[in-house]
Amino acid sequence: MQQARTEIAAAVEPIIDRWKGEEGPLLPILNGIQRELGHVPRESLPIIAEALNLTRAEVYGVVSFYHDYREKPAGRHVLKLCRAEACQSMGGDAVAEKLQKLLGIRFHETSADGAVTLEPVYCLGLCACAPSAMLDGEVIGRLDEARVEEIAAEVRA
Amino acid sequence: MTINIYIPRDAGALALGAEKVAAAAREEIEKRGLDAKIVRNGSRGMFWLEPMVEVQTAEGRVAYGPVKPGDVAGLFDAGLIEGGAHDLALGRPEKIPFLAKQTRLTFARCGIIDPVSLEDYEAHGGLRGLRNALEKTPLGIVEEVTESGLRGRGGAGFPTGIKWKTVHDTDDPQKYIVCNADEGDSGTFSDRMIMEGDPFVLIEGMVIAGIATGATRGYVYLRSEYPNVHRILNEAIDAARAAGMLGKSVLGSEYAFDMEVRVGAGAYVCGEETALLDSLEGKRGQVRAKPPLPAHEGLFGKPTVINNVISLASVPIILDKGGAITAISAWAVRAAPFRSRSPAM
Ligand SMILES: Cc1cc2nc3c(=O)[nH]c(=O)nc-3n(C[C@H](O)[C@H](O)[C@H](O)COP(=O)(O)O)c2cc1C
Ligand code: FES
Repeated sequence: MQQARTEIAAAVEPIIDRWKGEEGPLLPILNGIQRELGHVPRESLPIIAEALNLTRAEVYGVVSFYHDYREKPAGRHVLKLCRAEACQSMGGDAVAEKLQKLLGIRFHETSADGAVTLEPVYCLGLCACAPSAMLDGEVIGRLDEARVEEIAAEVRA
Repeated sequence: MTINIYIPRDAGALALGAEKVAAAAREEIEKRGLDAKIVRNGSRGMFWLEPMVEVQTAEGRVAYGPVKPGDVAGLFDAGLIEGGAHDLALGRPEKIPFLAKQTRLTFARCGIIDPVSLEDYEAHGGLRGLRNALEKTPLGIVEEVTESGLRGRGGAGFPTGIKWKTVHDTDDPQKYIVCNADEGDSGTFSDRMIMEGDPFVLIEGMVIAGIATGATRGYVYLRSEYPNVHRILNEAIDAARAAGMLGKSVLGSEYAFDMEVRVGAGAYVCGEETALLDSLEGKRGQVRAKPPLPAHEGLFGKPTVINNVISLASVPIILDKGGAITAISAWAVRAAPFRSRSPAM
């Protein structure tokens, strides 16, 4: 535990130092931590709170407000599937069902083998090529059954 | 002369395989020893034709699409770099009915230029608005925007000039320009397209807003669902700063203005302007009670202009057309761009 805490501090402190002198540093710090570690560990909150002169409750309140921040590490791949209206109207529900079945997980879950985390997202601005998704930051349009099968195989490999 | 081959880097085109098409094209250019280079443009908005590849010929651009990675070698065999005939050939892109019927103002360069080349931007009419603005007084700029009839494109349609005037009239050494790039509603992606296809037009609009209102610092609050925008916008901001379009002395003038992108963290409500300001300040995004207006007490309690992406991106053309207010009103009636809530110009 102590070990983990030191490792987290080592990862988090440079990010805090990068932003501490800027205006409104909290979101850039949290975004930076999530990018670096794949989640925002609870152990990082007191470190941030102290550096920014906030209470832990204040930092926790912000972290818990925004959907992007994960408390636990994600899988090796993060698959975000668009669940907003334009994608729904183009067969997004069927794609979502199929994907959950193939991966054996529901939204917000990580597969037991740690391969993939599935998350909903609400519009990627790709409505003209719906249904759409983002796999590890790469955008994918016009999802259909065949493409979903490919993606499921890819993240499992 | 090196021939330009345009392959979009717009997220819509990327979602349809543009990256693999570009890689295949790069390989063909090398293999065939051609004097050609790939430019990663934005999209012209015809997503049924994306990835749409264009090539610069003596007669103008020639388009091909939708191009799959497997089509690329065949396109080069067919003489793509001279605009050769092929099943996927679309002819001159401007003649495609979807485009032929449009007069584009704010989107005039989107899909045409290299989005992160300030040189290309300037060669296509960029910076004219800012240069004209620098000849005017701040109040003169505000009046120009007011007279254009520009209304906010973020949904509420509030007259942009009046908002700017309120901030202009405040007396505070620190004021802010905030760009609302939260674009949360499903089905709309014009903010994304302009930021990926012509980011300098947004930067130019924000600089003009800063000069007009006395603000020296700008923030683009960008939704986290748009990482591709983030990359492109940052490249453009770096280029603008290197060229002196941003910094202590904007284009050598007495005005200072600098800006940065701040990324949200997935909260729809942060598209609402006061929740957005809270979020920029590092708080939970909660709608503030009004008054005070953001124009009086906005970001960090300072006078703040908060405008949508397209609102700000429409400013350079207004300042470019300059005194021709009547002309703008004329096309405002004809094309109804500013006075109504028409979706694009
Ligand atoms: C719930 C809610 C969500 C909003 N989302 C956005 C948005 O995503 N983008 C935007 O530009 N304006 C959005 N707005 C409008 C902004 O509050 C504000 O009117 C706008 O940023 C002002 O800029 P404009 O005058 O240039 O339109 C939203 C408003 C509400 C109430
Ligand atoms: S609704 Fe899915 S990308 Fe816009």
